[in-house]
Amino acid sequence: MNGHDFTLAGARLTALPSGALWWADEELLCVSDLHLGKAERHARRGGPALPPYETRDTLLRLADAIEASGAGHVVCLGDSFDDLAAAQALSETVRLMLTRLQAGRRWTWIEGNHDPGPVELGGSHRNVLTTGPLTFRHIAEPGAVGEVSGHYHPKAQVKTRLRRISRPAFLVDGCRVILPAFGTFTGGLRSCSAELSGLMQPDALAILTGSCAHAVPMPR
Amino acid sequence: MDLPPQITAWFDRRGWQVHPHQQAMLDRALDPATLLIAPTGGGKTMAGFLPTLAELAPGGHDGLHTLYVSPLKALAADIKRNLRAPVDEIGLPIRIEDRTGDTSATAKKRQRADPPHILLTTPESLALLTSYEDAGRTFAGLKRVVIDEIHALAESKRGDQLMLALARLQTLAPDLRRVGLSATVEDPSAIARLLARHPDPCAILQADPGPAPDISMLETAEQPPWAGGGAAYAVGAVLDQVRQHKTTLIFHNTRAQAEIFFHNLWLANEDALPIGIHHGSLDRVQRERVEQAMVRGDLRAIVCTGSLDLGIDWGDVDLVIQIGAPKNVKRLVQRIGRANHRYNAPSKALLVPANRFEVVECVAALEAAREGALDGEPRGPGPLDVLCQHILIAACAGPFDADTLFAEVKTAGAYADLSRAAFDDCLDFCATGGYALRAYDQWQRLKQRPDGLWQLRDPRTAQRIRMNIGTIIDSDTLKVRLRRNRGGKPLGEVEEAFAASLSPGDTFLIGGQIVRYEDLRELVVEVSRNASRKPKIAVFSGTKFATSTQLSNRVLDMFAQDSWPGLPGHTRDWLALQREVSRLPERGRLLIESFPHDGREHICIYGFAGRNAQQTLGLLLTKRLEETGHAPLGFVATDYATLIWGLDAVVDPAPLFDIDALRDGLDRWLAGNAVMKRTFRASATIAGLIERNIMGPRKTGRQMTMSSDILYDTLLKYDPDHLMMRITRTEALRGLVDFGRIEAMIAGISGIDLLRLNRITPLSAPLFLEHGRVPVAGSAEDRLLAEEAEAVMQSAGLA
Repeated sequence: MNGHDFTLAGARLTALPSGALWWADEELLCVSDLHLGKAERHARRGGPALPPYETRDTLLRLADAIEASGAGHVVCLGDSFDDLAAAQALSETVRLMLTRLQAGRRWTWIEGNHDPGPVELGGSHRNVLTTGPLTFRHIAEPGAVGEVSGHYHPKAQVKTRLRRISRPAFLVDGCRVILPAFGTFTGGLRSCSAELSGLMQPDALAILTGSCAHAVPMPR
Repeated sequence: MDLPPQITAWFDRRGWQVHPHQQAMLDRALDPATLLIAPTGGGKTMAGFLPTLAELAPGGHDGLHTLYVSPLKALAADIKRNLRAPVDEIGLPIRIEDRTGDTSATAKKRQRADPPHILLTTPESLALLTSYEDAGRTFAGLKRVVIDEIHALAESKRGDQLMLALARLQTLAPDLRRVGLSATVEDPSAIARLLARHPDPCAILQADPGPAPDISMLETAEQPPWAGGGAAYAVGAVLDQVRQHKTTLIFHNTRAQAEIFFHNLWLANEDALPIGIHHGSLDRVQRERVEQAMVRGDLRAIVCTGSLDLGIDWGDVDLVIQIGAPKNVKRLVQRIGRANHRYNAPSKALLVPANRFEVVECVAALEAAREGALDGEPRGPGPLDVLCQHILIAACAGPFDADTLFAEVKTAGAYADLSRAAFDDCLDFCATGGYALRAYDQWQRLKQRPDGLWQLRDPRTAQRIRMNIGTIIDSDTLKVRLRRNRGGKPLGEVEEAFAASLSPGDTFLIGGQIVRYEDLRELVVEVSRNASRKPKIAVFSGTKFATSTQLSNRVLDMFAQDSWPGLPGHTRDWLALQREVSRLPERGRLLIESFPHDGREHICIYGFAGRNAQQTLGLLLTKRLEETGHAPLGFVATDYATLIWGLDAVVDPAPLFDIDALRDGLDRWLAGNAVMKRTFRASATIAGLIERNIMGPRKTGRQMTMSSDILYDTLLKYDPDHLMMRITRTEALRGLVDFGRIEAMIAGISGIDLLRLNRITPLSAPLFLEHGRVPVAGSAEDRLLAEEAEAVMQSAGLA
């Protein structure tokens, strides 16, 4: 799958080029920060009407990732909706897409700072999910071990021979992995920012997403 | 109209006479629209204001009488000073104020409630004024609007926005009369059409253009190089000229070239002549300091770019030097006009070609300038992104009726042919986003009331819209500052793409000094001073003008001559050799040379379509060559040719130039192209889809920046016929993509001449030295890898 394999707290994981995390032994696919309904929230607050296709685009990519992996359990790591009102305002088409994706597999919504509370959609709603050695939560907690989180929308910039390339990236060290945002209209925070540099250990890797996953020492 | 006695007396006291064109302006003072074409320094501004002074002299006018609009803030301030003097000396009861981005909030508020008699402003500040609910009161009683340097505004979207604002003002003040002041242009009637309320007539007055300018090519002992744009060879000769004149303006086509030349000038400046630099990337404070030094007469020369094309009258400039081919005759003539602003003194100018080819171009430009044959491309209908912004501005001012607004917009010349369907598309875009998927019906920005009028759904939106008024889109730039512990002095700006290419320790030029890149901190490039003599990276991109069609044709006409007595010997020999071993390009034919060199096959296409079009042609042709299995490796483009190299020779070029196939290639190529995305970002920002200025504290680390590239990709995928995509495609026909000129080039040729040669030709040789080579990654790379792998395996005895 062109992914990058690594081990976290004994769990063998794969960082997929799409930005999703794959745990083969548990058939678990994890995505973070879908921000469904972002364009709608923007319009609701009186901003310009951004192209309303980002929710569909995000879900189509998620569907591809689920189909390609054959996941039995999907974990959405929080900020799945741009806010709770956006979750309520999802169109019938989008609800149908989600229902179809959820059919025949476990589905867990983790709460994020944008969506702190249950939504009227299938699947279980959790603050934190613990499975085997791993803990899934939205925002990384200092000192945690075996932690899978999102929230920061990390991206990393690599200087190649001809140009600098900046992409959404997984950040991985011995204690945690931080996932890039999976949503379509989402910006990013560079790995060299003080917050991310402080959070990650010195030997951390950044795994750049795209058509193929590329691991490099995390740029600081 | 006659001048009131106190003004005539003031002219007499000064020993001045009213110029004939000033009198003509007085005579036509009651016309609905008048365009005055006059050289700089011909009392043009006074000609524009005399009718105002005459009308206000008796006193008794309440509120705003005359609005003055200029492209530059500095010009508004300068005119205020220059107008103040006669008004005070004559003792006229006239209040004059300016209003620009620099005016304080209190003063701005007061100006709306209690406007002065004469208000001096810019197109953006005017658009903002019309967005307030009380615009009707502010502009009641307005009699005249004077638009200065209208030729410069007419070339950009700023002019379109201004004319839409005038359409609005005309509704608020039906008696409004319009006056445009312009430098010499190729087609005054086109500007007159923009200026006048459609279909009002607009008289065009021509002032005496003064004596013919004295222009020639700078003679240097050293020969110009084969390629490049620095003109470093001419530094000594230019310094000699600076010594011989009082004040010299040294114009460059790009900021990068200006920086490099300025640096070289200082290294050679043994007499320590006071020389300054001025361009748009420099910090405002630095620029103002140079301007003030210039006004005081402290500087002997200023190295500059288009940033000084307009502006304050500097009477003491007695020489203009243009470094590099002027690319465009009109701009050359206008720049020459910057010298000797005293009435009836001839302007003196020197051209300095930067390389051998530019020698030919400079001679062609000299001929054109002497003949007064100016060039220019017609601008086409008013752009729809500007109209979208105008609709949002109208909504800020209050509820509006769509039919009335449509009728009003059509009185602006550029929009006279606007269709109702196009207008409705723009209105729909402003209201709902205009998507095929009707997603925002409950959250639309504008909504229609039961009585049919349109208004903002949320009145608080007005503030967001006002914060984003304007049509000047700077490419994303980052500020450059000295490191904080050394004072943190701002030096200027560089493009984000350039900043991204820097590594700590790299040195580059800005504002004439060499600095060392230290760090990027909170979107500020931090640098330290560096004493090295040679900057490591000298180039940051600036506008690259494409050579105009007229100049290109003149160069081709020169090629057709039997001999070239007007050219220097080295250039004559070069062209003669080209004619001997190959052929010189000619009008109406497309010359393509094909030859092997350095283990690769080359084709050189002499399209003479200007840099942007030749660049686009390179992108499209390499794509076609890749599809037809010719394995291209890369290309480079100049104003006159595109050189492509690859693994296989091209035997039959005609199918490559099939216009339908090229257009099809354009559509597909445009899809993922960075130039296209930049075009989209500009239009999406003007139309209000992307907000530059956001209320509240700026998010750090750009965590939430909405990437316009992703918006573009999303629209391309799900809604390719959306209004923004249509606007982007229209823009791509001109500007950086300039596909229109490729089409014109192909339509204008009767056939292709492919010459197969066994070596490089004299005319193609400079292209091998050009910067900006574009590599093409495709089957060629796989073939090269396969060859290499096989060779390695062979030598290892494995295959």
